[in-house]
Amino acid sequence: MTTEAATIGLTHGRSEDTGLGHRGPESKSIVVPYGFWLFVLSDMVLFSALFASYGTLVTATDGGPTTHQLFHRDLVAVETIALLLSSFACGLAMITAKRANMLWTQVWLVATGALGAVFLGIELYEFSSMIAEGAGPQRSAFLSSFFTLVGCHGAHVTAGLLWLGTMMAQIWAKGFREDIVRRLLCFSIFWHALDIIWVGIFTIVYLIGTLS
Amino acid sequence: MTENEDNLLDVAPGQPHNNILSESLLYIVGLALALILTGVSFWVASTGVLWGPGVAVGLVVLAIAQIGIHLVFFLHITSGPDNTNNVLALAFGALIVFLVMIGTIWIMAHMNANVGMSPEMMNLQMQH
Repeated sequence: MTTEAATIGLTHGRSEDTGLGHRGPESKSIVVPYGFWLFVLSDMVLFSALFASYGTLVTATDGGPTTHQLFHRDLVAVETIALLLSSFACGLAMITAKRANMLWTQVWLVATGALGAVFLGIELYEFSSMIAEGAGPQRSAFLSSFFTLVGCHGAHVTAGLLWLGTMMAQIWAKGFREDIVRRLLCFSIFWHALDIIWVGIFTIVYLIGTLS
Repeated sequence: MTENEDNLLDVAPGQPHNNILSESLLYIVGLALALILTGVSFWVASTGVLWGPGVAVGLVVLAIAQIGIHLVFFLHITSGPDNTNNVLALAFGALIVFLVMIGTIWIMAHMNANVGMSPEMMNLQMQH
């Protein structure tokens, strides 16, 4: 079996694994996060469609406010740093969770949530002040696509914060059980992915939108 | 299961390593690189010393670099044999993302320029 598989190039390295699945499926701790990774990638595809419509409609301002008048780089810089540090804290929480350290896991998860909340607070402030200036989503096609793209990311962050709170409670109540840690790993994949999407948003929407 | 066999198992994205120091260092290096790239992006966008038309392209390149940093240092996507499935899924995702984004923007820009409507008409249509 092994020799045969090696002849047709199906083994990896020196392992006995033929790559033909004779060992059975991987454990749940691999399969579940892998499936979640596929979901996250499909979410990226969703965002690519929103980026595409934003890129198409960004000049369709209907005589209303343009990107230059609406966006403030200082606020965006603070948002970006907050979300990046939140992603970092989430990574540290995973390191401590792996070692079943309750105190530090909860500390880093609180930091993750607090920095995420700072990000969300600034975004809501930006949205509400834009709407107050009459630059709401119904003003022009540009603003509709802006609020759809950035609002969809904000909705994901909101959902992530709710998920984070749930995970903190579950770790507290049930400890570092295998299934709980698996869920926490899925949450960390989700949270890092949101930061990746934000890199696209702050570059394409805010920085390129305010070039002189 | 021997340790040798264990090394050849697949790993999930974001799965931590075994040594706490090297693990933490991975995140710290990732954070530092991401902060540097973010800083460079904001600097490139504000400075006047660079050739204007090239700035937008440069910003996109910086963004792609930072996304790479996030994937490697935070999501632990590597080129190792245990990561093949994760990389293949990512490659397929990236293919669809670029097809949708570049395809849409390319086609819509050409339609905007070539479809025989006056610019005023086109604008009216885009706005509703």
